[in-house]
Amino acid sequence: MIKYIIKRLALSVLILFCVSVIMFVLIQLMPMDYVTQQIAAIETKGEAVSEETVQALMSEYGYGTDGTLGGMFRGYFTWLRATLRLDFGTSFKFQQPVADVIAKNMWVSFAVAAIATVFEFMIAIPLGITAATHQYSFRDYFVTVLVMIGISLPSFFFGQILKNMLAMQLGWFPSSGLGSATMDYTGIWLILDYVSYLVIPVLTVVVLSIGGRMRMTRTNMLEVLGSDYIRTARAKGLSETKVIYKHAFRNTLIPLVTSLAGLLPSLFSGAIITEQVFGLPGIGNMAYQATLVADIPFIMGYNLFLAVLSIVGVLLADIMYAVVDPRVKLG
Amino acid sequence: MSEKEIKIQNAPEKEEPLDKNVRLMSPGRMVVRRFFRSKLSVLGLVLIVFLFAFCWLGPVFYTQWDQTEVDYNGRVEYVQTLITYVDENGVEHSYYQLEETREDTNTLAKPSWEHPLGTDKTGKDVLARLMYGGRISLTISFLTVFVIAAIGVVFGGIAGYFGGLIDNIIMRVCDVLMCLPGIPIMLVVGTVLDAWSKTPDFPIPIEPQHRIYYLMAFLSLISWPGTARLVRGQILSLREQEYMVAAEAMGYSTVRKIFKHLVPNVMPQLIVSMTLSLGSMILYEASLTYLGLGAPEQFAAWGTMINAANDSNILQNYFNIWGPPGLCIIMAVLGFNFVGDGLRDALDPKMRR
Repeated sequence: MIKYIIKRLALSVLILFCVSVIMFVLIQLMPMDYVTQQIAAIETKGEAVSEETVQALMSEYGYGTDGTLGGMFRGYFTWLRATLRLDFGTSFKFQQPVADVIAKNMWVSFAVAAIATVFEFMIAIPLGITAATHQYSFRDYFVTVLVMIGISLPSFFFGQILKNMLAMQLGWFPSSGLGSATMDYTGIWLILDYVSYLVIPVLTVVVLSIGGRMRMTRTNMLEVLGSDYIRTARAKGLSETKVIYKHAFRNTLIPLVTSLAGLLPSLFSGAIITEQVFGLPGIGNMAYQATLVADIPFIMGYNLFLAVLSIVGVLLADIMYAVVDPRVKLG
Repeated sequence: MSEKEIKIQNAPEKEEPLDKNVRLMSPGRMVVRRFFRSKLSVLGLVLIVFLFAFCWLGPVFYTQWDQTEVDYNGRVEYVQTLITYVDENGVEHSYYQLEETREDTNTLAKPSWEHPLGTDKTGKDVLARLMYGGRISLTISFLTVFVIAAIGVVFGGIAGYFGGLIDNIIMRVCDVLMCLPGIPIMLVVGTVLDAWSKTPDFPIPIEPQHRIYYLMAFLSLISWPGTARLVRGQILSLREQEYMVAAEAMGYSTVRKIFKHLVPNVMPQLIVSMTLSLGSMILYEASLTYLGLGAPEQFAAWGTMINAANDSNILQNYFNIWGPPGLCIIMAVLGFNFVGDGLRDALDPKMRR
């Protein structure tokens, strides 16, 4: 097991290296004077960043290469050296170290994603189980069609509908942003204030993601229900509730737990579209704004962060798979 | 009932040869029958046929407006306000003040016979834009899915057939590509294309309205690993079967063995996964255009039209502008998902219902 993990980690380093090369080359494809113009146009704290400052900053991290292959090569290793020292550079757009911007804003994204995931599992698993135990009944079709509609909703469209209905027309929740700046709440009221801003985004994410989880539960449950030990359990004369919740459900949990482990890292990665629709200061929204103005250090840092998260996710899922199911041997 | 008839009915049946007694059905017809037995897949098919008819035949009949045509008929609006004042004698007078505003273009018109779905912020007809936008969305999704499938089949087929080092290399490339973050990297590519199109003497001219095609081409270059893995997995098990030994004995060439004997057996799974990914491609394309990576505003796309709802006035008061494109996207995705599910059940030979 440990040998397997070490092997996988070594492979992950190789994958990350390749990903960073692809990212770096993609970014170098941008004409550099375009980048400096874009950055210089940003007004931060009332003063524009001068082109010279940007140019100096970029060459420090190896971004501003002369366009030749050799220059790109040298630039990449300058960047790699800085990155290996965990120095991701300073974001031009936010005028702060990239690592700080990511560390500060990822918690907003995490809050939305984590709350949404809890609700998603709580709603999707029971739905999947009833659909599977009543296969081909009206209930099965009803639930399936309902969650299929959920899968088919474009997040930005559904988000706008909810925003229009719940925030604009009914006025139950604030429509965008996070936290009321004009009020100074303390203690429990502060938390409630934040929560009120998160309700609609979380609702959007939950409705969109229930479908996949429910279908996964249903398929697994059907597979388990058709297996031999369930027939044995029924032959022993156990009650149907006991068969389903004690024998079948526990085995349905295996893929669910595995997928949850794989999901954990991605909770931090931020949802660009949802955060953009609701104006949440999450990491996805930051990345969107930074990419629009070609803020190279932030783009590199953020995309590398995402790649690391997804590698860790896959690895966690595989390890979890072996931990939960003793029949699986890694290596 | 006469006696004769009863006699005939009770008469012992003559021995009939089996092939006359049994109606033979080709596998294809069985698939079709199984597909049409499910109501959901029929519903999906109806949705898709309707959308295609709407987008391609619609503009043939609905010719009043074009997607880029602005309604210059102007608009006169009267705002009526009741004004009350009290004169020096203490008597209350009230009158209506009528304000007339004139605009050159007929913007934000409510639905009418002239414009069945109204007009948008710049005075373009929403219904016409909906049809033309659908053409782009559907075409792009189909193109992308086919390109992804083609690349995936070639690499998956090669990896699965040869195994060993070649398989290892292709699979590691898949690992790297699967690790690239989707939308963020598309944003970067969008910025790169943007920068190129603004550079005056750039070798490749990039027209703004073709940007989405370049983007989706890039997307297919990085998203074939899913298909490749599917094809590879199937071929790994298929190549061990006896008929492949027979093919070997016949001395067929490698290309013929892969693409004539192995790949056709993967087709059922491939078709299902392509149909399902058509739905997700439509969503993907809509998201990219929503984020402003698609064609410029004067060319319609469903995602761009929903983007108009970022204006809170339009969001609250003009559902006729941003609602229909959203409904179209939902219909398309739902249709492809239903058809894909139906095909999966119909193509599975183990399925007996």
